[in-house]
Amino acid sequence: MPLIHARCIRKDMEKTILTIENLSISFKMGKRTTNVVKNVDLVLKKGETLALVGESGSGKTVTAMSILKLLAESAIYPTGSIEFSGKNCLTISNDEIREIRGNKIGVIFQQPMTSLNPLHRIGKQLKESIFLHQRTITNRKADEKALFWLEKVGLKDPSNKLSSFPHQLSGGERQRVMIAMALINEPDILIADEPTTALDVTVQAQILDLIRDLQEEMGMAILFITHDLTIVRKIADRVAVMKDGQIVETDHPDKIFTSATHPYTRHLINSEPEGWPDPADEDDDTLIKVEHLKVWFPIQKGILRRITDHVKAVNNISFTIKKGHTLGIVGESGSGKSTTGFALLKLNNSKGKILLGENSLNDMDKTQIRQLRKRMQIIFQDPFGSLNPRMSVSQIIGEGLSIHHPGMTPKQEENEIIAVMEKVGLDPATRQRYPNEFSGGQHQRIAIARALILKPEFMVLDEPTSSLDRSVQSQVLDLLKKLQKEFHLTYIFISHDLKVVKSLCHDIVVMKDGVIVEAGNSNKIFSHPEHDYTKQLIATAFH
Amino acid sequence: MTKIKLTKINKERWNRFCANKRGYISLYLFSFLFIITLFSELIANDKPLLIYYDAGLYCPLIKEYAETQFGGEFETGADYKDPYVIELINKKGWMINPVIPFSYNTINYNMTGPAPSPPSKANWLGTDDRGRDVVARLLYGFRISVLFGLTLTICSSVIGIMAGAIQGYYGGSIDIFGQRFIEIWSSLPTLFLLIILSSVVQPNFWWLLGITLMFGWMSLVGVVRAEFLRGRNFEYVTAAKALGLSDPKIIIRHVLPNAMVASITFMPFILGGSITTLTSLDFLGFGLPVGSPSLGELLAQGKANMQAPWLGLSAFILLSLMFSLLVFIGEGVRDAFDPRKVY
Repeated sequence: MPLIHARCIRKDMEKTILTIENLSISFKMGKRTTNVVKNVDLVLKKGETLALVGESGSGKTVTAMSILKLLAESAIYPTGSIEFSGKNCLTISNDEIREIRGNKIGVIFQQPMTSLNPLHRIGKQLKESIFLHQRTITNRKADEKALFWLEKVGLKDPSNKLSSFPHQLSGGERQRVMIAMALINEPDILIADEPTTALDVTVQAQILDLIRDLQEEMGMAILFITHDLTIVRKIADRVAVMKDGQIVETDHPDKIFTSATHPYTRHLINSEPEGWPDPADEDDDTLIKVEHLKVWFPIQKGILRRITDHVKAVNNISFTIKKGHTLGIVGESGSGKSTTGFALLKLNNSKGKILLGENSLNDMDKTQIRQLRKRMQIIFQDPFGSLNPRMSVSQIIGEGLSIHHPGMTPKQEENEIIAVMEKVGLDPATRQRYPNEFSGGQHQRIAIARALILKPEFMVLDEPTSSLDRSVQSQVLDLLKKLQKEFHLTYIFISHDLKVVKSLCHDIVVMKDGVIVEAGNSNKIFSHPEHDYTKQLIATAFH
Repeated sequence: MTKIKLTKINKERWNRFCANKRGYISLYLFSFLFIITLFSELIANDKPLLIYYDAGLYCPLIKEYAETQFGGEFETGADYKDPYVIELINKKGWMINPVIPFSYNTINYNMTGPAPSPPSKANWLGTDDRGRDVVARLLYGFRISVLFGLTLTICSSVIGIMAGAIQGYYGGSIDIFGQRFIEIWSSLPTLFLLIILSSVVQPNFWWLLGITLMFGWMSLVGVVRAEFLRGRNFEYVTAAKALGLSDPKIIIRHVLPNAMVASITFMPFILGGSITTLTSLDFLGFGLPVGSPSLGELLAQGKANMQAPWLGLSAFILLSLMFSLLVFIGEGVRDAFDPRKVY
């Protein structure tokens, strides 16, 4: 794998501006305290980008937020110090820390949707941070400054954006505004907490470029928190790998990627999804046939709620899937890929023809569909959210049995549950536990078991791995492949992550704005994409 | 197994509730008062609890005995306050009287002064304007108020939760029409309607309950509806739909538990509100039938007899005690269900 890393090393980069020494952070819950960060040492030098890498729950965000004392009040600091410009951030008064926040150290958060106040115009929110730290500035000067920064972060038509509300901006535009807000007082340090995770891949690349360009220009230091190693390779000068609240390794990215010393780092690097799907027989029968599928959501206006227009979430698409094959539906958020999956399962109202074997789903009534449900199942993106927290694992998995096999005795049901849990790699002894006692990967296994117990023919997998850490992802993908082979399952795999799609799908459909822009065999699409949009997607995913 | 784990969350809530001393003590006091008043007949009654007469045991609380059975002259029921009857019984046996020898409707003919008579040894808090013992009336009045409140709370919660659940879960036109109906229905001047209705029919406990229920079921609809609007989009609800679960089952098994926390939090306050409704109707004279023990009626008497402050004061103190306890309990419950609260 060639390493693209061409950051110039500036002379003043040796000067340390932030020192974290022996920092431990605990959270107090009643009488219990949980240790989240343990004896962390970090040094941030002027003008450099330090990437803090780790899987979810490793304590990256907590460490970064403690610098500005942004943690909840239940957080306590048993040991350590955070030194910034000669002061210990942990012990200084609230007034002093407020002087630093947004002025000397800026922050960008993960969720651009919720980190802007929906009730205030962009301009007002930008100027707020100017007025806070530059009390003597006039309103006109502040306006000019806000406009200047909106231009600088590359927003189109910045003067118009000043008077826009956050909901009028797209996710990428909102993240640009957040960056402008964080940088408007020209801080020495920028803390970027997964600033691109919630964005589409093509937008991700633009935002990363922007952050890098601004750093070149202003020479600030960046503490970049991420779980995505691809980004690290692109942007970081140094990498700190975190696991269970401890820093296991700090080194130059070139070294980390080629000769990591710690086994966990190697594990992280090697868990990138790879490989190809198991070959499927081209002569298999067609299981699903979709013709002219449309899902339109009405836009209603006025008191009489007349339908003035439609949001065409899915507009006239057709495709077929053969038995035992996996069809990948690829696209960015809002392209209609999830809506298509839901339409196939009759979970929303659609027009057009959906054939499952001989059954035309759109011509059947509710009771008939309910009978068919055991043949088609779905796995959701958020594994924890798709499990009722009030039910035990055996209740969750067994729920479908009571509907589709009402005659079963409790003993038979239990045997089925135990069998299916073993199939998906869960310990049947844990079946009386509750979802909150399991990890993310195990949640997804439970969800798969719940679907599998009905012995379905096809499953819609709606981004089943995108909220999982990379190392868990590959395990879940392996499980899905294994089950497909064993039960001759047909999958529809919905994802924006082309690496995952490549390792699992036989055929691919690329969607954009509700229509299919390209469809075909996975090999062909990855090697010879025809449509510009597909090319762009592939380019950003596999640079 | 299920039960043990389910109670783990509830046990934590219970522990949090107990940690809030004010709410805990209030619940204790309230339950104590309520249980005591449930046995009002044993505490305040004009009949003896037990009679031993001529080698036989009699229990006038359960069965009515004729005076002739104790060697008297009349075929009618024995009047155990009559000195003649008392003498007859004591001659051949004994009788145990309750602590307060008056029921809520017993008129004390041996008052120290004209009714309403001030507190005395016989009538601890005096008598009301018809010579009935105030303590007895408070006891029975508390019981009927709480029972009325509890029944009304349970009924209105059941109706409210169902209405909110259906509106929130199905949304769309059901929701819109339901909402508009509730807006119109709740903008009716409830008290006047209650007054008109209760002057048309002869109000008794169940009539009053029905009438107040008609206008009282809306309190939970909004909360439950909001919880359902949120809950129906949860992925596990969609997952249940994909499994083929029917709507009623999804509602009960997957969405309703989310709404229950908010509902239970509201319940002590609804109970307080229900009792207020009954009391104010009684105060205005449109409540329970004449002669029933009612706190509202006692308040009205206190207002009519300013020279007898023991009437108004005792009713006021009991009512304010009851409402304070309910509010404290409600606060305790609310905080117990809030996991962010740390004591």
